[in-house]
Amino acid sequence: MIRDITIGQYYPADSVIHRLDPRVKLVATIVYIISLFMFKSWSGYVLATLALLAVIRISKVPLRFMMKGLKSILVLLMITVIFNLFLTPGEPLIQIWKLTITKEGLSTAIFMFFRLIYLIMGSSVLTLTTTPNNLTDGLEKGLSPLKKLHVPVHEIAMMMSIALRFIPILLEETDKIMKAQMARGADFESGGLIQKTKSLIPLLVPLFISAFRRANDLAMAMEARGYRGGEGRTMMKPLIYKRRDKIAYGVMVAYLLVMFGVTRLI
Amino acid sequence: MAIKIENLSYVYSVGDAFEKKALDQINLLIPDGQFIGVIGHTGSGKSTLIQHLNGLLRATSGKIFYNDQCIYDENFEMRKLREKVGLVFQYPEHQLFEATVMEDVCFGPKNQGLSETEIKERAAEALRQVGLSEEYYGKSPFELSGGQKRRVAIAGILAMHPEVLVLDEPTAGLDPRGRDEILDQIAKLHRERKITVILVSHSMEDVANYVERIIVMNKGCVTFDGAPREVFQHYRELEQIGLAAPKVTYVTKGLQERGWNIDTMVTTVEEAKNAILDALRS
Repeated sequence: MIRDITIGQYYPADSVIHRLDPRVKLVATIVYIISLFMFKSWSGYVLATLALLAVIRISKVPLRFMMKGLKSILVLLMITVIFNLFLTPGEPLIQIWKLTITKEGLSTAIFMFFRLIYLIMGSSVLTLTTTPNNLTDGLEKGLSPLKKLHVPVHEIAMMMSIALRFIPILLEETDKIMKAQMARGADFESGGLIQKTKSLIPLLVPLFISAFRRANDLAMAMEARGYRGGEGRTMMKPLIYKRRDKIAYGVMVAYLLVMFGVTRLI
Repeated sequence: MAIKIENLSYVYSVGDAFEKKALDQINLLIPDGQFIGVIGHTGSGKSTLIQHLNGLLRATSGKIFYNDQCIYDENFEMRKLREKVGLVFQYPEHQLFEATVMEDVCFGPKNQGLSETEIKERAAEALRQVGLSEEYYGKSPFELSGGQKRRVAIAGILAMHPEVLVLDEPTAGLDPRGRDEILDQIAKLHRERKITVILVSHSMEDVANYVERIIVMNKGCVTFDGAPREVFQHYRELEQIGLAAPKVTYVTKGLQERGWNIDTMVTTVEEAKNAILDALRS
């Protein structure tokens, strides 16, 4: 019942995208997102769509799975579209009562709609094809130059990886506690807002306690295995760029160049 | 008056990479007042099965009848079913949330809409039945020991006066003494209240001493179903699916192989002792 959130949920499959170095995927995601905001022409969107579809296809993750992440931004999406549609000044197209839809408004709304969707789906590709551990390893290594500026890169990466790792665990825990309380006659669905909020207490209290217990256990287990932060820590599988990663960077540059060319020319 | 399960199947996360058949064509009849042990290895589907009994999980296909009424009928009241079939989850102490032991046990009866006095009475009765004395009633459940917390959680279900009590691994993580105490109390409840008890476990020893019927699950199917002594005769097959018969069964089987004329249909230490004595005398 609460398994609809895909952020931080790895989808196991055997594909080139899965095997890529996480740094490549991180950079690619950022490049893709930036590319979405670089242009304002239809041709750019066609290219961005093709690129996204191709990557999803290669990743072997079902499209349906990618869409799941969109549910969480549905409201945001609606608001963005409606605001852009009605509040952009310009050449009027349709007039309904006091609301005017302008030509500019319509095109901005459509652009924003696709931009947001592609933004979420683009980052979903990253999280669905990369295990959380891999992702933070990539982040840590990618950001390691910042250590010179005394940015605690390792600690940030570790916190992120633990947080990501805990999302599915806490979801499962929530599901379990919910069921246990339902077995005791708890009702999470009916009633007004106040009633509903009150009915969450039997869920939230055990959940918090369990989160603290797990955090405690984890800290203990980490210390027991000699964890003392990032200083001098080596990796079992150090990240080294392979041939496919270099090719991926090449594809990325090509994508950007084509994007520049296409949006300038057409 | 019984639970009847017909061709029950359940598939987890239909249609994606995590799809998994957890239950496959289960058929069971659970008559009133029986003390049943459900045994299976981790992932055998035993926990999934019991969550169907009070409607927390809905079967992918198949039917469940409670007192001849299909629980998937549109006008069937799931709430009532959850009162009749009390389900104690694994590590039930993780569901405690109230400020005091008493209040926590009252949560179930309160949801049933009973009167204030009746709620208190039932809670006190349930706490007595799990062997917690009055000095604990006002304490915070988080101050108690693991075994005590678990009793409070079990009392929380008992206070709802279920007709069927289902316990998922009630002894997990307890020391031998805590385990025996909990199991003895459950057996006593079964005798006194005459309720159906379904005990889920992966420990043969735990179950052999108490239950009158064992259901062995493996890979989502019921592999064996019968009295403990019958089921344990299949100890070789049980080993193949990662389970084992009680130690005493191995002792008597071993003696038989060495040429003893001994009754091997034993499940408890007491029975084994008598069988060995009989064999020595004859």
